[in-house]
Formats: sequence, structure tokens, C-alpha cells
Amino acid sequence: MLSYILRRLVSALPTLFVVVTLSFFLIRLAPGGPFDLEQPLEAKVMENLNRIYKLDRPLIEQYWLYLSHLATGDFGPSFYARDFTVAELLSRGLPVSITIGGLALLLALVIGIALGTIAAFRQNHAADYSVMVFATFGITIPTFVVAPVLQIVFGLVLAWLPVGGWNNGHVRNLVLPVVALALPQIAVVARMIRASMIEALRSNHIRTLRSLGLPRSTIALHALRGAMLPVVSYMGPAAAALLTGSVVIETIFGLPGVGRYFVEGALNRDYTLVMGTVVMVAVFVLVFNLIVDILYALLDPRVRYDT
Amino acid sequence: MSETLAAPVTVSRSLWADARIRLFRNKAAVTSLFVLTFMGVLAIFGPMFSPHQYERVYTAYVRVPASLSAYPKPDQIAPAVERIAARMRAQIDRQQIIGGSVRVTLVSPRAIDERNLAFFGRSDLFQGANVIERADEGKKLVIDAPIRWRTFLFGTDGNGRDLFTRTLIAGRVSLAIGLLATGVALLIGVIYGATAGYLGGRIDTVMMRVVDILYALPFIFFVIMLVVFFGRNFILMFLAVGAIEWLDMARIVRGQTLSIKRQEYVQAAEALGVTSGGILKRHVIPNTLGPVVVFMTLLVPKVILLESFLSFLGLGVQEPMTSWGVLIADGARNIQNAGWLLFFPALFLVSTLFALNFLGDGLRDALDPKDR
Repeated sequence: MLSYILRRLVSALPTLFVVVTLSFFLIRLAPGGPFDLEQPLEAKVMENLNRIYKLDRPLIEQYWLYLSHLATGDFGPSFYARDFTVAELLSRGLPVSITIGGLALLLALVIGIALGTIAAFRQNHAADYSVMVFATFGITIPTFVVAPVLQIVFGLVLAWLPVGGWNNGHVRNLVLPVVALALPQIAVVARMIRASMIEALRSNHIRTLRSLGLPRSTIALHALRGAMLPVVSYMGPAAAALLTGSVVIETIFGLPGVGRYFVEGALNRDYTLVMGTVVMVAVFVLVFNLIVDILYALLDPRVRYDT
Repeated sequence: MSETLAAPVTVSRSLWADARIRLFRNKAAVTSLFVLTFMGVLAIFGPMFSPHQYERVYTAYVRVPASLSAYPKPDQIAPAVERIAARMRAQIDRQQIIGGSVRVTLVSPRAIDERNLAFFGRSDLFQGANVIERADEGKKLVIDAPIRWRTFLFGTDGNGRDLFTRTLIAGRVSLAIGLLATGVALLIGVIYGATAGYLGGRIDTVMMRVVDILYALPFIFFVIMLVVFFGRNFILMFLAVGAIEWLDMARIVRGQTLSIKRQEYVQAAEALGVTSGGILKRHVIPNTLGPVVVFMTLLVPKVILLESFLSFLGLGVQEPMTSWGVLIADGARNIQNAGWLLFFPALFLVSTLFALNFLGDGLRDALDPKDR
């Protein structure tokens, strides 16, 4: 297993390389530069800025410089937030995004699995229908509608929770963003679990357990093992997306996470910040895909990676 | 006349006929079809019959609530008349509403310039003003200003534009974008996936490796780069979004193709010397369509949501054109003082997405051979 993980990590490097290369040239192709202001800077100033940040060198040389710095773990200075390096920006924002995203992930899995299992056991009954209607609502109502409604109801009308802000991760500040972020995920997980659980409940080994008169909870646990497979493969990319921050949630609730860096970086042509964010997301995606494959092997004994 | 016994006719049903019957038995799916047709007709033809233009600004009706009865409301008329009188440098002696018009007696220390009565016509509330009686050498005027009734079913937005018409126009844009991007994704995904799956071997490995790499590229980054490149041309942008969304489609079609190409009819076609392209076109692609159709009904809402997400960030459709996303983003900002700005567009968006989802589920059940 260990050698498999190592091999996968090594084989992920070329992918990472392609991703970095593609996005490097893509952002450079975009019109405009990081120092374009509404009032153009003096030519001399612009020249100096470009020289300091090495933007006057040929693109290939800049690419090579970026790659060689990246290899040593140096993301470079941010062009827009001039006093910060990209590494500093990421290390500030990432804990916020991981806290919110991680809690949302946990919530989505726990509640989604519970709802999906209940719906599957009571297929075509009232409980099933209510779960499905809830799930469809969860998928169809955009986050930027749910979030302001939550703010109004719990923040202003009932005044139970603060409407926004980070406040060093105080629990009361976390509740609304986590719930808003988790709702669509809960819905997706519930639907998937319901579908695969219904199939699992029809399979022979579950029928055997039923005929033995085992309690429902035991049967559910056994069926869940097989039913988890599609959710696991869905959750890989989804978890990476959740943990690397949501622009919408961070904007609405005023959270200092990394989700906003993409939009801000790309719009300000903050090349290094965009590249840093791309690398971060790509690493998350690759790592979570690996975790998915390992979980697959644990859940489904037919999948083996020894060879 | 000889009697002929009709032989019992058994008509074999194709997969599609079978699926159609099953789909029409599904109440949720049929309702969804009706809702979608209704939405489509409303979005395409509704604005033509609406009394308002979607970009027309009514300065007198900024952010008025949704109402079935016509504006102006009785309490809006008096202040409006007062404003106009002030601009005409005249005082109001008497004013009363008679039927569909307002009767005002204006007085002024100097003769009132009757040309200024044009202010009534320019106001959103009145159709114009007629002088009924002149007295005191023009220092006293009795005028009759017919009220211009307007209905704002969904209220108006922060610029005083009719929300009903804007919601319909927005529906046009959102639905068009959803269908367009899905069409592009469908085209690329099906051809790419079917080719990879059918050719197999090394070509398949390379092609799927490319898909894997594109998956690892952060999606938001890609979309924002597209916005940067294509700017305000959102049609072009959504062709490009479709060009990104094909990845899932390609995977699904490839998986289907892998199982189809082992079927006997494909082997038969191969044995008869049909070319690879011919087999793909005639046998493989038509048989992958079941899951593809299902995926399509789920992709359209995804793209519509994506568009609204971009509009929320201010990167989507530009004013005065609008989309459901733009309207919802606007509504979310005004949620406290003007709830209808969020409610109506969200209602339209959510019911469309709801219908698409249920239609997708219905299609899946109808096309799933496992349930037969």
C-alpha cells in the first residue's frame, strides 16, 4: 500500500507540472498587467516596477524562474498586496477556509448519510419524499440566496448569531457560513446515498442479514459500506473545493479565506497570487483523489492496488 | 363478404417508445415538462405582451412593491402634484381626484406659465394636463390631469424598472445560456468520449489523461480567465463554458462506449467492414444517448447556476441586459428593504431548476434498463 501511495504521488507530479504551465501562460495571455491603474503610472516608474518584479524578462525566462522558485517552495511576492508574499497570504487565509470547509464537509457527510439512509429504508413513504424534496431544494437554491436569508433570519430577526465576520473563529461566527456552505452538499450526499442504498438493500448479502433478523442499525451499517462508494468518489473533488474556500460564502459573510484570492488575483492580474492559488487547489485535488482511491480499496475488497 | 379474422398484432416497442411511456406515467416528470414549457413560452413571448420595456426607467416608481392593483396609489398622487406645482412656482389651492384624473386649482402671485403644464405629461403619473378654467388674469388655473395607470405585477427595481418584464427577459438569457453551453458540452463530450472509448488502448489512455489534467485545473480560475478574455460578450463566453463542462460528459460516454463495443451488433458491423467512424455514428453514439440525456437535464441547471454565480461576482451579463443571476444578486443586496426583488427572480430560477431536476430523475428512471 505504501509503495502504491508513493507511486501515485510521483505520478501526480507531471499533472501538477502541466497545470502550472497551462495556467502560467493562460494568465500571461490575458490583456493588462498587475500595475495597470486607472491613471497610468509614469513610464519610468512602470519600467522600474517591471524590472524589480522581473516582468521585463522574456516570458520563457520568467516561466523558468517561477518554476525553479516553486520547486524550492517559494511562491514569490504578491503583486497587488505589495507588503505580503503569496505564501503569507495563503497561510493566513487557508486556516479560515479549511475550518469552514472542513466543518461543512463533516456536516454534509453526517447529515447527508443519515438522511439518505432514512429515505432508502422508507422508500416511497412520507419520510422519503420529504428528504427528496429537501434535497432538490438544497441543490437548486443558489448559495447566494440561502446565505442572505440565513443572515436575515438568524442574524437580524432572531438575533441569535452574528451576521458575519471571522472573530478568530468563534463558534458563533462559524455556524451560519458552515450551514450555508454545507446545505447543497448535504443535498447531493443524501440523494446519492439514497440511490445507492436502495440498490444495496436489494443485494443478496443484505437479504441474508435481514432473514437472520438482525436489527436495522446493523443492516444499515453493512449496506452503507457498499453504498458509500459513489459518495466517496464524488466527495474527493468536492472536499478539495470546500477546503480551498468558497468565493460566495467568504464574500457574503466577510471571511478572510483563500476563496476570494482567485477572483481578486485574476482580476488584478496578480500573477503570483493566481499561480499560488492554482497550485494550492491542484495539490488539494490530487491529494484528495489519492485519498479517494485508498478509501475505495478499504471499502471495496475487490479493488486492489498491490500490483 | 368473407369474414377475415384479424391476426393478433404485436407491435414491438423500441427503447425510446418504451421510455416515453414510462416517462409519461411519472407525474413529477410530466409536471416538470409542463413547467418548463410554460417557462420557455413565458420567457420567449412574455416580454412582447408586457406593457413595459425591460430597460424603461420610471423615476416616480423606484423600488415599489409588487401589487396587483395599478399604480399610482392614492397616497402617491398628492405629493406628486405638489412637486410639479412647486416646479411651476404655484401653490395648490384645492385638489381632488375625480374618476381617473386629478382636478387641481393652482394659484400664484404672478401669472402662471401654462407651458410648464408639460411637467404633468413628463411625470410618470399623469398623461398630461388640460386647462379647464382660467381666472385672475392667469394667476389662478383649474386643470385636469388624467392619471396614467401602470401595473407592476412584481414591483420595480432600484432604478424603477418593471421587475416582471425584467424577470422574463432574464429568463430568456438564462435559459439560452443554459441550453447553449450544454449543447457545446454535449457535442464535444460525446464525440471525445465515444472516440476514446471505441478506439481504446493507448489512444484511450492518453485522451483520458488529458481529461484528468483538465479536471485538476481549478474551474473558477478557468471561468474567470474566460471572462477576462471575452469580456462582455457573454454568448462567446458560454460557448467557452460549454467547452469546459464537457469533461463529465466525456467520461460518461466513454464508459458507455466501452460496454457497447463488446456487443455482437458492433462486432457484426466490424465483420462487415464498416469503418470506425461509421460504427461510432450508427451504433455507438445512439446507444449512449440514454445516460447522456439524463446528464444533460442536470447540466442545464448547473450552467444556469454557474451563470448566476458569475453575475453575483459582477462578471456575468452586463446592464441593462439581465439574467436571473443578476436579478437575484441584486435582490440579495436589497433583501431587507425590498424582499420582492429577491423573491420573484428566485422563484422563477428555483422552479425551473426544480423542474429540470425532476425531469432528469424521471428520464433516468424511464431509461434505466435495470428496472425493467
